[in-house]
Amino acid sequence: MHAPPTEPRAVDTRDVDPRSTDPRVEDLRQMLRIRRFEERCVELYSSSKIRGFMHLCIGEEAVSVGVLGQLGPADAVVSTYREHGHALARGLSMTAILAEMFGRQTGVSRGRGGSMHLFDAARRFYGGNAIVGGGLPLAVGLALAEKMRCTGRIVACLFGDGAMAEGEFHESANLAALWRLPVVFFCENNGYAMGTALAGEHAQTDLALRAASYGMVSWSADGMDVLAVSDAARRAVEFVRDSGEPCFVELHTYRFRAHSMYDPDRYRDKAEIASWRERDPITALSAALQGDETLSQHDLDRIEAGIIAEIDQAVAEADAAPEESVDDLTLFVHSEAHRDHH
Amino acid sequence: MTTIEGVVGKTGDATQMTYREAIREAIREAMRRDDRVFLMGEDVGRYGGCYAVSMGLLEEFGPDRIRDTPLSESGFVGAGIGAALGGMRPIVEIMTVNFSLLALDQIMNNAATLLHMSGGQLAVPIVIRMTTGAGRQLAAQHSHSLEGWYAHIPGLKILAPATIDDARGMLWPALADPDPVLIFENGSLYTVEGPAPDPTATGDISHAAIRRPGRDLTIVTYGGTLSKALAAAEDLATHGVDAEVIDLRVLRPLDDATMVASVARTHRAVIVDEGWRSGSLAAEISARLVEQAFYDLDAPIERVCSAEVPIPYARHMEEAALPQVAGIVAASLRTVGTHA
Repeated sequence: MHAPPTEPRAVDTRDVDPRSTDPRVEDLRQMLRIRRFEERCVELYSSSKIRGFMHLCIGEEAVSVGVLGQLGPADAVVSTYREHGHALARGLSMTAILAEMFGRQTGVSRGRGGSMHLFDAARRFYGGNAIVGGGLPLAVGLALAEKMRCTGRIVACLFGDGAMAEGEFHESANLAALWRLPVVFFCENNGYAMGTALAGEHAQTDLALRAASYGMVSWSADGMDVLAVSDAARRAVEFVRDSGEPCFVELHTYRFRAHSMYDPDRYRDKAEIASWRERDPITALSAALQGDETLSQHDLDRIEAGIIAEIDQAVAEADAAPEESVDDLTLFVHSEAHRDHH
Repeated sequence: MTTIEGVVGKTGDATQMTYREAIREAIREAMRRDDRVFLMGEDVGRYGGCYAVSMGLLEEFGPDRIRDTPLSESGFVGAGIGAALGGMRPIVEIMTVNFSLLALDQIMNNAATLLHMSGGQLAVPIVIRMTTGAGRQLAAQHSHSLEGWYAHIPGLKILAPATIDDARGMLWPALADPDPVLIFENGSLYTVEGPAPDPTATGDISHAAIRRPGRDLTIVTYGGTLSKALAAAEDLATHGVDAEVIDLRVLRPLDDATMVASVARTHRAVIVDEGWRSGSLAAEISARLVEQAFYDLDAPIERVCSAEVPIPYARHMEEAALPQVAGIVAASLRTVGTHA
């Protein structure tokens, strides 16, 4: 097995004001870390260091931080191709994620996956799936394994509103409810399946209502408010852990950027984007924390500086990482080849 | 879309066993040996399996391990992949290869790719069994032979047990394989009866087998057409032609060495494949023999495949669409320059 990447370097926030023991400060720091990381990814894409399809979650950081923060280290996570935020919040190494996007040997998937396929078996992060809806049956199966092995662990399955038009959503929701499996379905509803608006793809746009038709406890929450997301995710995780049954949480959110780096974003109204930007989860929490004097501008600057330092170092380390040898092209097609090789 | 084929038949003779009983015994043994193993699929439990393979297993192992699924091929095949990632050793039964197309995304985009795409982190130890083939007047949507398509996909191992011994012996090594293995059971074989296999025999899932040695030409086949190839070889003997018959057993990776060594001895090759000719497994085998045994060949390679039509219902039409003994004999005689 490929050794898991090294632990991410924790940014030291100890010299921030003692009031920062307020957990909201860490939520803010995690969201900022994802935001600044992806902003750097845009620059790296523009300079051709990163290629392929790259999908950003800028605007949706509250979902990553709020959901992933409620899981235990032994729980499993199934994600999508828009998963930088999920991966960072799960604790995957920023350096190893960047190395993956640079196509290097030290990447989380040794350069075979790229932006859309981040994996970390040690952290039970099962990707990184670029077939819309393709991860949902996997989450059902992982939950079935937990149930059959009586582990008490649960599975968090993240997917978008577009996946709810796929048959695999409906098959998976039915299986999870029918077999009473410990899985939370988190629908990260950003309002668009690539370029098609929710109302253009779903006859019934109340997604929680549709999930509820499978006999699952289902509800919606504000995906732009990290505290609301955390609260919803905590309730969902506790429900599944206690009952052993699945549930569904829809998180209303919005991506501020285009679908991917190839998308000219012609299908969204500028006023709509602007109105969602007013609800920026980072700006909102930052304002709240400064408003009640939990955090000073100085504290915020220190947090920002710590994040930038971490990103700078991750970029430098990833850039210095070796490429995989082409001799190893056919490695990992079969486990046998892997064993033979080593 | 359900098909029913007969009822389970105990042969009543402990020294004899049918192909379906051999698979059932292999599943039973695997489930007794390893509590991570479970079977899931449509009607595998109370119904006993649409081809009666799992009859009686629910009573022994209970509904958790003999797990009936809804008609959600993509959902339950994907769930099998997820369960394999989660530490189980699932056997997923798909009624027929025709329905497996509803799960092709999971097989191709997840089972076959996760190990590579994750840089070696996520192996998928799943076994997927399905019925394939025609010959029972089930018409196009229940009769196709698409195992050649699956044999196209890197990351999968493809098995085609053609004998009772292989039906019994291939499952355990398939479950022991750390990667996905697909087992194709030709529907015409379930009722075939023969001597009960030695349950202690170690199954081989790497090599082709020479089922009949011969000097004059090599017939390469697998699965449901093995018996036709052997019958053709007996007929050819009456023409003074001694045919060697190779049962591929493993469709991916192909055992090139056994085929090439045989052709080096016989200098002639006929490939019999129930799949369609265009872009087929037969085409791949033909290409490999030309690449690796060109100078050993004394005649053009012949292929006997299904006619390029959706398999029809009417008996005479279906028979005309499938490889038959007479066609194999005729192709073989062409390669040796003889006419019947």
